[in-house]
Amino acid sequence: MKKYILLFLIVPFFSFSQSNDKSKKETFKVDGNCSMCKKRIEKATLSLDGVKYVNWNKRTDDLSIIYNNNKVDIEEIRTKIAQSGHDNGEYISAIEVYDKLPKCCKYRDSEKH
Amino acid sequence: MIKRIPFFVLFFIINYSYSQTISGKVLFKDNGIDFPIEGANVFWLNTNQGTITKATGEFNIQKIKDVKSLVISYIGFKTDTIDIEDKKFINHYLTFSDDNELDEVTVSKKRKTIQRTYLMPQNIVKISEEELLKAACCNLSESFETNPSVDVNHNDAITGTKQIEMLGLKSPYILITEENIPMVRGASQTYGLGFTPGTWIESIQVTKGMGSVTNGYESIVGQINTEIKKPYSDIPFFFNLFNSVDGRVEANAHLKSTVSEKIQTTSFIHYNDRKRANDKNTDKFLDKPIQDQLNLLSKWQYTDAANGIVSFLNIRYLDDNKKVGSVDFNEKSDLSRFWGGEIFTNRFDSSFKLGYVNPNIPYQSLGFQLAYNFHDQESYYGLNDYNISQKSLFANLIYNSIISNTKNKIKVGLNFSSDSYDEFVFKSNIERTDRSFGGFFEYSFDNLINLNLVFGLRYDNHNNLGSFFTPRLHFRYLLNDNFSIKGSAGTGRKIANIFAENQVIFLSNRINLNKTFTEKLYGVSPEKATNFGFSLDHKVFLFGGQGNIIFDYYNTTFENRVIIDFETPGEFNFYNSTFGKSKSNSFQAEFLFSKNNWNITAAYKKYDVKSYYNSGLKEKPIQPRNIIFFNYGIESNKINDKNWKFDVTYNRLGKQRLVRNPRDNFELVDPHFSINSQITRVFSSKFEVYLGGENINNFKQDNPIIMANNPFDPMFDASIIHGPIFGSIYYLGLRFKILN
Repeated sequence: MKKYILLFLIVPFFSFSQSNDKSKKETFKVDGNCSMCKKRIEKATLSLDGVKYVNWNKRTDDLSIIYNNNKVDIEEIRTKIAQSGHDNGEYISAIEVYDKLPKCCKYRDSEKH
Repeated sequence: MIKRIPFFVLFFIINYSYSQTISGKVLFKDNGIDFPIEGANVFWLNTNQGTITKATGEFNIQKIKDVKSLVISYIGFKTDTIDIEDKKFINHYLTFSDDNELDEVTVSKKRKTIQRTYLMPQNIVKISEEELLKAACCNLSESFETNPSVDVNHNDAITGTKQIEMLGLKSPYILITEENIPMVRGASQTYGLGFTPGTWIESIQVTKGMGSVTNGYESIVGQINTEIKKPYSDIPFFFNLFNSVDGRVEANAHLKSTVSEKIQTTSFIHYNDRKRANDKNTDKFLDKPIQDQLNLLSKWQYTDAANGIVSFLNIRYLDDNKKVGSVDFNEKSDLSRFWGGEIFTNRFDSSFKLGYVNPNIPYQSLGFQLAYNFHDQESYYGLNDYNISQKSLFANLIYNSIISNTKNKIKVGLNFSSDSYDEFVFKSNIERTDRSFGGFFEYSFDNLINLNLVFGLRYDNHNNLGSFFTPRLHFRYLLNDNFSIKGSAGTGRKIANIFAENQVIFLSNRINLNKTFTEKLYGVSPEKATNFGFSLDHKVFLFGGQGNIIFDYYNTTFENRVIIDFETPGEFNFYNSTFGKSKSNSFQAEFLFSKNNWNITAAYKKYDVKSYYNSGLKEKPIQPRNIIFFNYGIESNKINDKNWKFDVTYNRLGKQRLVRNPRDNFELVDPHFSINSQITRVFSSKFEVYLGGENINNFKQDNPIIMANNPFDPMFDASIIHGPIFGSIYYLGLRFKILN
């Protein structure tokens, strides 16, 4: 009994590098302004099945993402971000969604770098 | 009562001199409608003095001499600087910013020195280095006097040692770690808190209730983790001197050197002594020991950020000597005439840590810790010789990752620990080795909206405790933005180190009637306890400042509590409580408030700690039934890096039960209080001087030692103390730094 329990605890150590075969890492720009934007973008992305990790940098607008390519593809992710109100590349958010964003998140009104 | 008055007068004086305030409102216009801005930064130009706006957009800020420009900023809006001149009220409209750079303009709000973790499910209070500067805080045992999370008591009337308690239980039931490696444990339980100098400490995290399973099965009522200053972020040089009226002198020096871009090292040197013999109550016994301590630590840090590696190596040596007892006592040969004692402690600590974060997969990380400690205490208390040595090996491997996404985090790991004890007590040798090997698993869930959950389970195989599971659960639920509820439950286990933890036994002529103490585990079964509790935290915005109202309730139930029984005069007994479950209930109501440059903490704590003694269900002796705590701190505005800091703490201990003894003909001690205060003058960012007083109201327990005039009488006892024995202590210190 004891040994099985310990074995069960040890197993994850060996999966350290293996489980990442289907994992893809990507970085792209997502428009946004503030920490509220960050929360919204990251929450929307993580709500997709297959997205493992996301981090949006509000200074550089870079979104880093790690996802399982068998479960979700990049189009779905980018569409989901746009649906949450944030333009990214050619994925543009609908005007009705954008209009509902709080004032501080209105990135289209400000000049982009 | 009269003695308290000058302090309140002082408050008024300080408050009066800052009473010129400006109030105002920060808003923005959208389609002609006014909207208030909550959380906007309002601060004086080129200072760190500022405030944030309330939900209504309103703010209050105190005027600073010679500064007339007020800066108002909020993310997504243009930062404005406005001239105040003699205005009393300002309505200010912010306009939307045209660029994205604004985030970098926000000014850091003044960081609180005691931070409660609002976002984490555990009930953790973090005490920062700045908080430690509010009191003498010469060592870890003195570091909790300005905040109510931990209670500090006097251990006895002879050794000058302080004991800490949480939730009504003594420090052996608290897991005390240094950088997550068990530190005050086993042999060091009585004096170990005095072995970490205050200036070395970067921060202390106090976890109330069950700790995480990753730190072992031992913590029952809480965990106190101390982080030592890290070489990477440390300043090149620090020097501190301290002197108090009882003759205590302390000196601390920290020296950092950079070996290479990746390697830094800091050497910490601490020395303290008290050569003076103090006997203020003229009972012919030293009020405080004659002592000296040398404490050296060499800390090395290796950082390779590009490859995600950070590593530490620590080597430490301690030599501590105390002489206690009669003022006429000089050496062991005097024992036939005078009661005296000496305690010599040597300790060696070494630890190695390695952390690795996969740079490509940031959610995967691996941590490894390895520590070896050797602790050796040789002592005699009167005619009682007591020696203990402990060799400890501790290893911990922990792996962090996620399940499907970062909302679901997991930690798995393995622990090994081995402790060999060698004791000489009442002329018998006792040897014991504890060895345990365990694995743990912890799952954390965060729904990113209002719920956090941590479930942990560990399985240990211990040569003396057997094999067992330890489950623990924590949660946090956010009812709304300002109101959170936290809860925790779990089990913990512990082997009682009867003599090491209760060295007060030797400070009396009590006779032990259980003759079985040389048996395995001193003839008692290990303790097992269940702890659960919850905490409600409500943020409030009042009078232009921010506060929290917190309610805590915790319950600890023991299955076979080990009772140290002093109920019969002249005897001491220890045994497992067999007639029923021992319980400890604790309730705490706390109010925190801060505004501009001052803050208050007020707390009421109520304890109900009862155990089944052989003589029946009894309240724990020398445990205040309630405690009232109040702290007020204020800082003046910084002008050319110069300012004043003032702090005062009031602590009132409620009624305490005393064991039956020949000195006191009452069962309950009346409540008493103490006032501590400190004032600091910061002359520059490099140099400051502080002056303080402890127990300024000069409360003293009369006749702390029973039969002090005849220490060879069977009734002699120095363990029954409920308050300070020395009276007021004043101290003066300085700190000097060389900055980067």
